[in-house]
Amino acid sequence: MRHNNAGRRLGRTTSHRVAMFRNMVTSFLNHEKITTTDAKAKELRSIAEKMITLGKKGDLHAMRQAAAYIRDKKVVTKLFTTIAPRYKERPGGYTRIIKLGIRPGDNAPVSIIELVEEELKAKSESKPAKKTTAKKAAPKPAPAATVQADVLSSEPVAEETLKTHVVEGDEACEAKAD
Amino acid sequence: MAVPKKKTSKSRKNMRRAHDFLTPPNASTCPQCKAPKLPHRACPSCGTYKGKEVLKAEDL
Repeated sequence: MRHNNAGRRLGRTTSHRVAMFRNMVTSFLNHEKITTTDAKAKELRSIAEKMITLGKKGDLHAMRQAAAYIRDKKVVTKLFTTIAPRYKERPGGYTRIIKLGIRPGDNAPVSIIELVEEELKAKSESKPAKKTTAKKAAPKPAPAATVQADVLSSEPVAEETLKTHVVEGDEACEAKAD
Repeated sequence: MAVPKKKTSKSRKNMRRAHDFLTPPNASTCPQCKAPKLPHRACPSCGTYKGKEVLKAEDL
């Protein structure tokens, strides 16, 4: 039986793994999009969504719980003030993982993990669309994709700067963890 | 020491190897640029996935 066998160990000791994911979730909520391996992205998804759920609760206890895990106080503030309100209507599923293929060097499968629905300008446009899809319980990706496309076409420069940050963020995070 | 009693014939050898082959990867075509890509992954040639850009052109 595979009782009590959830999660990936990722070839690390528990303390190493916890330290790494604390770094990663901090970077992820800061940059909103990071590039990492498939396995780490899938583990990070669970942690990040729990943090956003804490953000949506919004009380002092939740904030302290989030601050106990996230390493940067500024990121905790950002989570509670800007990220969580965006997902008021969304019942989970705040992140998206897009697989990119393999990494030269170690052949590791790499993917991008990002927060669904970008901050820039998407808020006003996407909110009505989001609500209807959530209630219908229709397949999410299609409407989200159209929203994303709007954002990209209108704000290509901001998007690019975000991406360059993000790759560096991941590297830094990995280095810290090791 | 145990040794083979008979030489393995060409036929025997080839029959054993009948299942030794590589299968090509399951490529699908990118809806944007029509290049072959792996399913459920961003297109490595145009950097899009489900119609939106995920990679910068310079990164490719």
